[in-house]
Amino acid sequence: MSQISTPARRAAGIGRAALVHLTLGGYSLLVLFPIVLVLLNSFKTRQGIFDDPLGLPTALTLTLSGYAKVMGDAAMGHMFLNSAIVTGVALAAILLLGAMAAWGLTEYGFRGNRLLSLFLAFGIMVPIRLGSVAILQTMVALNLVNTLTALVLVYIAQGLPLAVMILSEFMHQVPQELKDAARCDGVGEYRIFFQVVLPLIRPAIATVAVFTMVPIWNDLWFPLILAPSEETQTITLGVQQFIGQYATDWNGVLAALSLAVLPILVLYALFSRQLIRGITAGAVK
Amino acid sequence: MKQKSGWHVLVFLAPAVLVYTAFSAWPLLATLRLSLYGTDDTGAVSFAGLANFHRLLFEDHWFGAFRNAMVNNLEFFAINSLVQNPIALLLAALLSLRGVRGATAYRTVLFLPTLLSVVIIGFTWQLILSPLWGVTEKLMTAIGLGDWFGPWLGQESTALTTVSLISVWQFVGIPMMLIYAALIAIPDEIVEAAAVEGAGPWRIFWQIRLPLILPTLGLVNILTFVGNFNAFDLIYAVKGALAGPNFSTDLLGTLFYRTFFGYQSEMGSATMGAALATLKILVILVGVGLYFFAIQRRLQRFAL
Repeated sequence: MSQISTPARRAAGIGRAALVHLTLGGYSLLVLFPIVLVLLNSFKTRQGIFDDPLGLPTALTLTLSGYAKVMGDAAMGHMFLNSAIVTGVALAAILLLGAMAAWGLTEYGFRGNRLLSLFLAFGIMVPIRLGSVAILQTMVALNLVNTLTALVLVYIAQGLPLAVMILSEFMHQVPQELKDAARCDGVGEYRIFFQVVLPLIRPAIATVAVFTMVPIWNDLWFPLILAPSEETQTITLGVQQFIGQYATDWNGVLAALSLAVLPILVLYALFSRQLIRGITAGAVK
Repeated sequence: MKQKSGWHVLVFLAPAVLVYTAFSAWPLLATLRLSLYGTDDTGAVSFAGLANFHRLLFEDHWFGAFRNAMVNNLEFFAINSLVQNPIALLLAALLSLRGVRGATAYRTVLFLPTLLSVVIIGFTWQLILSPLWGVTEKLMTAIGLGDWFGPWLGQESTALTTVSLISVWQFVGIPMMLIYAALIAIPDEIVEAAAVEGAGPWRIFWQIRLPLILPTLGLVNILTFVGNFNAFDLIYAVKGALAGPNFSTDLLGTLFYRTFFGYQSEMGSATMGAALATLKILVILVGVGLYFFAIQRRLQRFAL
């Protein structure tokens, strides 16, 4: 597009750019305001929180008492660990089992292949939460209520359908010649999968990992119904209960919220580029 | 050409299929089955046909609660799709303009809330809107709107709208990204051809880019629908299982929780919970089915 740069046109261009930035910037402020407000006030005394909620902490109002209280609560560290274990184990299992299943479905022709793909895809449409009544009964029967194992199993079942779907898309792109060459050399099917295919789809695995991890870490429903005991509480459920319990202790509440937000903020700062690229690439498909 | 199968295929597929079947597919089927059973006073379970559904849909006490949650849920969905998705479209359209400085930074910030736990978002907004803290009131007074402030989350007339808008605030990033991805996937030649023909940016958007991304807008709406009819965490975090005031923020998710686990003096019932879950499955299947057969098929012809 060639543009003749007359002053009038340039002025219109600047006006348009200003409008664009006003809208995007304004909305960004609306997004950041609540998060910044909570972080700021978590460092203030109760007096400071109420007298000047919008101001920075001053020498007079600066305090870490909220953090001291939350960190001093030994249970918090424990819950954090629970969340890490549940998310980590479920994530590893989803990625491995999901990749194996995606490979099985895309590479081999067998009777019922399409039916099996549909069966797995069904889980994307109908949320697993709707089976909660029977899931709880199953866990009671297996004696798994109030264990992290129960959560891990449910999250694997929850995460698999989407993982299989996305990974299958990428399995199709593995060059046929590569697989043929390996087979000619007499490489076994397992080694082809683990040593040829898996390394090739590593970027796709990273995308699936992020999509899968966030909902598991943030989930409130299954921890609440399957593992609400003190030993097995995850951090999301723990923060919910902590805040319910100390509703009037504003320092504690704000510190708990900040501590829950911080790990995500840090991870996002580190990985936002890959994450967003993954989403836009995945959506174009 | 697909490879011949052998035992290794079973090894690749069995673990995933087993876990998925045992903890997702089977529980869904078992829930459907359980909805046809009843529990008597001793806790014994026996076949009851459609009695649970009859109670849910024809007994005043049950139907009142179900209708209330259903209507609230529809309103929750309406606000989400009518406010969230147009905002997402606007933001995505602006982000996809050529040469917007800082587009990456905007994108990163706008997507951030979707990664945070609904529990955290819920509490954060509860604090900000709290008349006790007064942050919102102070801000509104500063721009001369102080008289309009009210305890929105606490009033029966405004609570549901307020919670819905909190949900919009949190999730606008997801439709924004999907629409953005669709917009940047439109081949440059199409847009340039139109520009050469003399179409202005406004006309290019409405007559070329928008029709091309209609399938994505459809997908965004159906994702919003499924998500909204499964909402629970936000209401539970902000208003508790009772979804107050006076059940004005009760959604199918919170009603299901109370039915299954009981609350106050009411005993929970697994079979009634299963019946309610079955109705939810029906609502979602009907919604998704309508979308695929009535809308998506017609939209498909626009797809590139």
